[in-house]
Amino acid sequence: MGGNGVRILAAGLVVGMALATGCSRNDEAAGGAAARADVTLLNVSYDPTREFYKEFNEAFIAGWKAKNGQAVRVRQSHGGSGKQARSVIDGLEADVVTLALAYDIDELADKGGLLPKDWQSRLPERSAPYTSTIVFLVRKGNPRGVKDWDDLARPGISVITPNPKTSGGARWNYLAAWGYALKKELGDFSRLNDPAAAGPVAAAQAKARAFVAAIYKNVPVMDSGARGATSTFVQRGMGDVLVAWENEALLAMRELGPDKLELVAPSISILAEPPVAVIDKVVDKRGTRAVAQAYLEYLYTPEGQRLAAQHGYRPRRAAGVPEELMKQFPNLELFTIDDGFGGWAKAQAAHFADGASFDAISRP
Amino acid sequence: MKSRLQRRSVLPGFGLTMGFTLMYLSLIVLIPLSGLVLKSATMTWPAFWSTITEDRVLASLRLSFGGALIAATVNAVFGFVVAWVLVRYRFPGRRLVDALIDLPFALPTAVSGIALTAVYAPTGWLGRPLAALGIQAAYTPLGVVIAMTFVGLPFVVRTLQPALEDLDVEIEEAAASLGAGRFQAFVRVLLPALLPSLLTGFALAFSRAVGEYGSVIFIAGTTKTEIAPLVIVTKLEQYDYAGATAVALVMLVASFGLLFGINLLQRWSRRQHA
Amino acid sequence: MASASAWMRSVTPPQGRSVATTESAAVRWLLVAVAVGFLLLFLLAPLVAVFAEAFSAGLGAFLAALVDPDALSAVCLTLLVAGIAVPLNTIFGIAAAWAIAKFNFFGKNLLVTLIDLPLAVSPVISGLIYVLLFGRSGYLGPWLAAHDIKILFAAPGIVLATMFITFPFVARELIPLMQAQGTDDEEAARGLGATGWQTFLRVTLPNIKWGVLYGIVLCNARAMGEFGAVSVVSGHIRGETNTMPLHVEILYNEYNTAAAFAVASLLAVLALVTLVLKTVLEWKSARAHARPDIATAEEVRV
Repeated sequence: MGGNGVRILAAGLVVGMALATGCSRNDEAAGGAAARADVTLLNVSYDPTREFYKEFNEAFIAGWKAKNGQAVRVRQSHGGSGKQARSVIDGLEADVVTLALAYDIDELADKGGLLPKDWQSRLPERSAPYTSTIVFLVRKGNPRGVKDWDDLARPGISVITPNPKTSGGARWNYLAAWGYALKKELGDFSRLNDPAAAGPVAAAQAKARAFVAAIYKNVPVMDSGARGATSTFVQRGMGDVLVAWENEALLAMRELGPDKLELVAPSISILAEPPVAVIDKVVDKRGTRAVAQAYLEYLYTPEGQRLAAQHGYRPRRAAGVPEELMKQFPNLELFTIDDGFGGWAKAQAAHFADGASFDAISRP
Repeated sequence: MKSRLQRRSVLPGFGLTMGFTLMYLSLIVLIPLSGLVLKSATMTWPAFWSTITEDRVLASLRLSFGGALIAATVNAVFGFVVAWVLVRYRFPGRRLVDALIDLPFALPTAVSGIALTAVYAPTGWLGRPLAALGIQAAYTPLGVVIAMTFVGLPFVVRTLQPALEDLDVEIEEAAASLGAGRFQAFVRVLLPALLPSLLTGFALAFSRAVGEYGSVIFIAGTTKTEIAPLVIVTKLEQYDYAGATAVALVMLVASFGLLFGINLLQRWSRRQHA
Repeated sequence: MASASAWMRSVTPPQGRSVATTESAAVRWLLVAVAVGFLLLFLLAPLVAVFAEAFSAGLGAFLAALVDPDALSAVCLTLLVAGIAVPLNTIFGIAAAWAIAKFNFFGKNLLVTLIDLPLAVSPVISGLIYVLLFGRSGYLGPWLAAHDIKILFAAPGIVLATMFITFPFVARELIPLMQAQGTDDEEAARGLGATGWQTFLRVTLPNIKWGVLYGIVLCNARAMGEFGAVSVVSGHIRGETNTMPLHVEILYNEYNTAAAFAVASLLAVLALVTLVLKTVLEWKSARAHARPDIATAEEVRV
């Protein structure tokens, strides 16, 4: 009896260990390409880029192999933009980051000292190889008649947008709405910097704040990320209108059926510039600078731009991109974050820091 | 040292097992946890206080503790009925039901989360009839309470079952022979005897629900249904380590207090049974 | 309890209870209906939903989701993590139970409370403490970076967080069990000349083996299913640092509901196996306890 008990226990432990070790060995064998890769990159990105980078990685790997004879493997990590930046600061060894907002990469430079502060000038187009904007997604037939930002502030409309505290996309949504109201009041963003217009500007800012507060009063649920918000709207049937990345809206329509959803472009929206950067500290340590740099530069090639367009991102260099891909992007007036808010650092401090405008309007 | 700590015993291995226990406990639990305390010690008292009295933090603590209180109460009531039925009656499928009780223990919280969301969302099996009644479950505080109830259920049932089984039939018979009705006997005799176990189960369910993260975040949106663990994660994502640690410390102190209370309760109930 | 009576046709009180100490048939039925209804609504509906959603896109999609390389690597990582965390916590649990149950010493209650502590700590905090310790700006971060040791955002961090979460499971099962058994058997064995190790293997272990296995089963279920703590320390690198629960979340966030539920159903099957094992072990240990202890004392004489 005693021996039996020991045997059962020992057998259990051995099986556990064997499974564990056998599995890890198996892992190497199964991931044959992985084991043979000469160099690996880790691309730490935000939520909606999964599908795009999956395809882009394959194209880049094939191109790099043909040119340099080196087998590359690109590992992907996705999550909320802020959360991903936090992981990188805490030690996630990203060779490159492709995040939702410049502010998050600024944090990597400021808090982590992982790359120089002038990172944005190191690649063309302010390090944003593709852009996007904020649009609306509504149920087929647009039953609530949503046309523009004003409709989101109407009482009785239910708006789905993620939490700006955690989601980069949600901050773009918030600023797009704010900018719309500012533009409507002031007529022209240039007046923001005109000392003579200080009075009207203050009044316009107050109106914009009331307008955004009215929209957020209509938000029944805030997910922590853009992806979560989309599935809340699409799969869980919540809300009348989803405020979303244009690429996310296009993807949702493709994946989940254009017979259920409709894209509505507002009259004016924000130009979202998701930036990319090489993390100097990591690539220097791992000796991957050349391939990391080439990886990001490949985003600017006609092939990279075409893939971006295919996944719903507006290409910066539309010249080589087929016309039918360009047709999916509605024409609308776009303003930049510098136009309306004087850059990310100022926008963050004025709207999303603890105690700033978002906290004030969303007080529970 | 050893002889002073330990009463003389013929059994060997005290030094070895105690040493290993203390070392492993320190490495895995105590040292990492003390890192948390150290980190929050770098905050000044006013900064700590203003962090934990932020509106958002207070609202989330209210939801976490309030929701857990409701969930534990629901579990105490229904858990009592379930334990009673399982111990006192024989019916077809009793064993199956008995085995199923532990499902929330065994089911990974992420799975519980997506499953509860699928069931209680406005498009789900139970969400649709509820929505027809004008009740929205998923993405509201109600959804949070549902998830908390789910994870806490086994605690009440499992602490009550042995106590009910050990209960002496004679005291009930005595009550009956003295002319007490069934309900009177229940309130006057059974309930006091079961109270320690019921409270223990309640406290265990409560403490599990307060800290629950995985199953709640899927069914809860954020902001209006933000629970305290989610605030910690959110603060982390904003690089606010000090803030995250402050909220974590409040929760840690609360759970340690709860745990201590539970241990006292259990000793009380053991003494009652002895 | 007579198990045969469990399958009687209607709801009855257990045998040997007088009429005065049970309720009327109507009340009995009502209570059973309430209990079963509550459980159906709260426990069974979500479980069934997992499988219904998993097969909603057909068997082919279900299988495809499971043999996906990322899913396989998540399964492997989960097995690896459980394969390390569970044995270590088992050894700890047995050692701690031996020290606590067989000896008296100062501060025993505090020690028991400390062992229980991880159960009361929110999983998110369990992850956070390792970030504070091993993160780049954490207490040990700079030293680890200088020596190129990766803990956070790699398998070691996930294993550590899992060990923390499942720390008390085996110890909690064994401490009351060994306390109830007392030290008489072991002292008798020692008196008969057995060495300490022999005493443990031949007397103690047979007495507690079902308890140990029970603890292992619970520990394993939690180790494989942990989400909150692991999510904080994982780094979410596809095909590398995603465990099965994290993979479920990723698929869920990719509009890949059917695949998410397919992987989730694998975890649900694990949960069901856990429940079956648990029931069997409870039954076994109840039988072991019903037997007199003399048999084990005699065996030592060999």
